[in-house]
Amino acid sequence: MTTDHATASMTDHAVDIDKHVRIYITVFVALMVLTIVTVAISYLHLPVHTAVAIALLVATIKGSLVACYFMHLISEKKLIYAVLLLTAAFFVVLLALPTLTHANGYWIHETDHPAPSSAAPSHQ
Amino acid sequence: MEIPYTTEVRPDTGLTNPKLGIWLFLASEVMLFGSLFSSYALLRSGAPTWPVQHEILSVPLAALNTVVLIASSVTMVMAWASLMRNRFSTFRLYMGATILLGGVFLVVKYFEYSAKFEHHLFPSTNNFLAIYFTMTGLHMLHVAGGMAVNAYFWGPGAKLWKTNPVWFTNRVEHSGLFWHFVDLVWIFLFPTLYLL
Repeated sequence: MTTDHATASMTDHAVDIDKHVRIYITVFVALMVLTIVTVAISYLHLPVHTAVAIALLVATIKGSLVACYFMHLISEKKLIYAVLLLTAAFFVVLLALPTLTHANGYWIHETDHPAPSSAAPSHQ
Repeated sequence: MEIPYTTEVRPDTGLTNPKLGIWLFLASEVMLFGSLFSSYALLRSGAPTWPVQHEILSVPLAALNTVVLIASSVTMVMAWASLMRNRFSTFRLYMGATILLGGVFLVVKYFEYSAKFEHHLFPSTNNFLAIYFTMTGLHMLHVAGGMAVNAYFWGPGAKLWKTNPVWFTNRVEHSGLFWHFVDLVWIFLFPTLYLL
């Protein structure tokens, strides 16, 4: 039977793992630097929208580093990508809901403003 | 009876069953935390006023916890790499460090929570504190759960290494995936709750 990259012939992969370990250390240093950047930016007292955008951008970079290298997503199978793509789509919808509500409150309060009687459909 | 596809790849998925299982579980976790991030955005954008978060919470303690959790992610992945290199004693060291760092995270959170309660800041005080305690409380439960699983693999679960090292290595990898996810969530919680 075949085995996947994470399980097969562990000793044969010793050289690959050595390379991985060097990457882990590099990613760790990058995450530390980005953490300092995150805190430092918060002391600049930027406008709220700018601060949110920068903080989320840095957090996304950090999260991507963790997911790609520590969770090995960078070399994962297609099925995992498909699962995560679907999850990401639903996640975006979930986060977009409050934004839509806030951007234009009309649609959520539609029932508070009944249509004029003249516009109502008539069957009589 | 042997459970199929624990170490062998299924021909149809191209993955072992536990690998696919842990990723499906993590997908559900993304939605769980996603709903809370969405609630946070809704509460904050709909509120006429919102507390200055970094004046209520301790940014230095949270930054310290960020460093602690990122370091624990590195020790976790090094624990797995040690098994791949066939170095069991090194695995024990790294896994022990991971559990210890998880403990440090929880202790720091304990001090943070205690300081809030001493100042009569409770989940019922305002919406910000309600969502703060909910999100960080749920995250702490995940840290505690991850620590329990890791402690099992560090202790009694490690017996599997002698009889089936490939299976044990896979288990540690999957436990690591959960641990990295917990780290990932904190990476977003930290700026959202403490800095913005």
